Amino acid sequence: MGGGDNLGAHMVHQLASGMNGMRTAGDLVMRLQMTRGMRLKEAKAYVADRLGVSVRELSDSVVMQDVRSEFGIGLITELEDEAVGEPTAMEAKFNIAELLDLPINCVDRFRDRVHSLRNDGAGGSS
Amino acid sequence: MGTKLMTRMGDGTAVEVTRDELRADIEDGVAAAVKRAKVPPLDDGEVGHLLDIFASQERMTGVPLGDEVVHSCDGSTSLRASRIDCLTDAEGVGYDLCELMQPDYSYKAVKTVVPSEQRLMQEAQYRLTIPVQYGAQADLGRYSKPDGPCPNWSELLPLGRIDEARAAQEEAAAESEEDMVRIGEAMWEAGADGMDFDTSGASGDADFLAVLKAVRRLREACPDMSIELGMASEFVLGMHGELEWEGVRLAGVWPVEQLRLAQKAGATIFGPAVNVNTGRSVAWNVARAIAIIKPCMDVAEIPVHPNAGMGVGGMPMHSFPPVDAGSRVSRAFVEILRVDGL
Repeated sequence: MGGGDNLGAHMVHQLASGMNGMRTAGDLVMRLQMTRGMRLKEAKAYVADRLGVSVRELSDSVVMQDVRSEFGIGLITELEDEAVGEPTAMEAKFNIAELLDLPINCVDRFRDRVHSLRNDGAGGSS
Repeated sequence: MGTKLMTRMGDGTAVEVTRDELRADIEDGVAAAVKRAKVPPLDDGEVGHLLDIFASQERMTGVPLGDEVVHSCDGSTSLRASRIDCLTDAEGVGYDLCELMQPDYSYKAVKTVVPSEQRLMQEAQYRLTIPVQYGAQADLGRYSKPDGPCPNWSELLPLGRIDEARAAQEEAAAESEEDMVRIGEAMWEAGADGMDFDTSGASGDADFLAVLKAVRRLREACPDMSIELGMASEFVLGMHGELEWEGVRLAGVWPVEQLRLAQKAGATIFGPAVNVNTGRSVAWNVARAIAIIKPCMDVAEIPVHPNAGMGVGGMPMHSFPPVDAGSRVSRAFVEILRVDGL
């Protein structure tokens, strides 16, 4: 709800009080709130424990760049050659689901669809 | 006469006041909340904290390191790029989640284009790592004639045809509930991380009832679905006046009761909304909003993300809220209310 109706408001909030998504661990804390209904303090502690960092480091973009790369949970990349070797979005979400022990809807559906194709003999190796 | 400080009005215009005038404004905002919403006042420490935040003359302010919060949002798309491109841009600039929306932002409009919205959601899920939710509002008025199938209660009420107006709202709420459940299940099937029921109660108590019922049904059908329930204003208008849910009369409920109902229905994030009075200062508006929302923080079992976009939560009613005002709104909510997000 934060940003509301225009980009200007959201940008101000991001700078004044935001974790800032994949620059840090904001998306991970958000997933705990969304899926588990965890309040902020509990969600931050959970994610910090899983990543092996302090709560303060969760919002540190320098620390989290290395942590995200180490766990394969996705980086924001701007240039083509930055992304080499980093997981794609869906691959990163597979890793996030496992790391946080959290169901992610599209990951579960992706997995089911691949298994279904294999069982139907429509894909995969013989 | 004290030194003049620059501050902002609720419409964003800059004005100069003394520190004493600023304190008086904050105290008056709190008093307005106490009188109207029957909430306890902020204590002296909280009023002093607000005064320090708003009296500061730095261009920008912020929360202490380590106290950052997550930010949810309503629609993350615009006319400047394709909807998918807008979502990937949102991820790139550091959104914690983003929201796929259709420009009408009404579930009644969305129901005619569900398959294409599902396909877009599926595509978004393949491209983005941050959570992607789907959002719109119940927008109950669209179910009334001439736009919708139900008699128009806004025409019936002035004629004194109260029973017919109430029946029309109940009929519209039932239609709206069905649409929201159907679309929610469709988006879940397409891989959405969650649903956002935004601006709930905009058409009054029947609008809010439809959302609560839809949330309950979706929670039962999809236990892992994120459900964000955001409000339209600080209290629910009694356009019907007699509707109840779980034994609570919905007309006139304030944020703390709205939160209890949202929790009971199965929401995972609650967004209270307090509207801005553009004729009063941002400091007055923020003091009033914080006092009204504060009782929520003690009873919350789920994250509370107060609405702080344009025209709500003290944020100036302007397309480009000034950085000085917006950053003070942000900091005040985090430091005084200890919100779970914005």
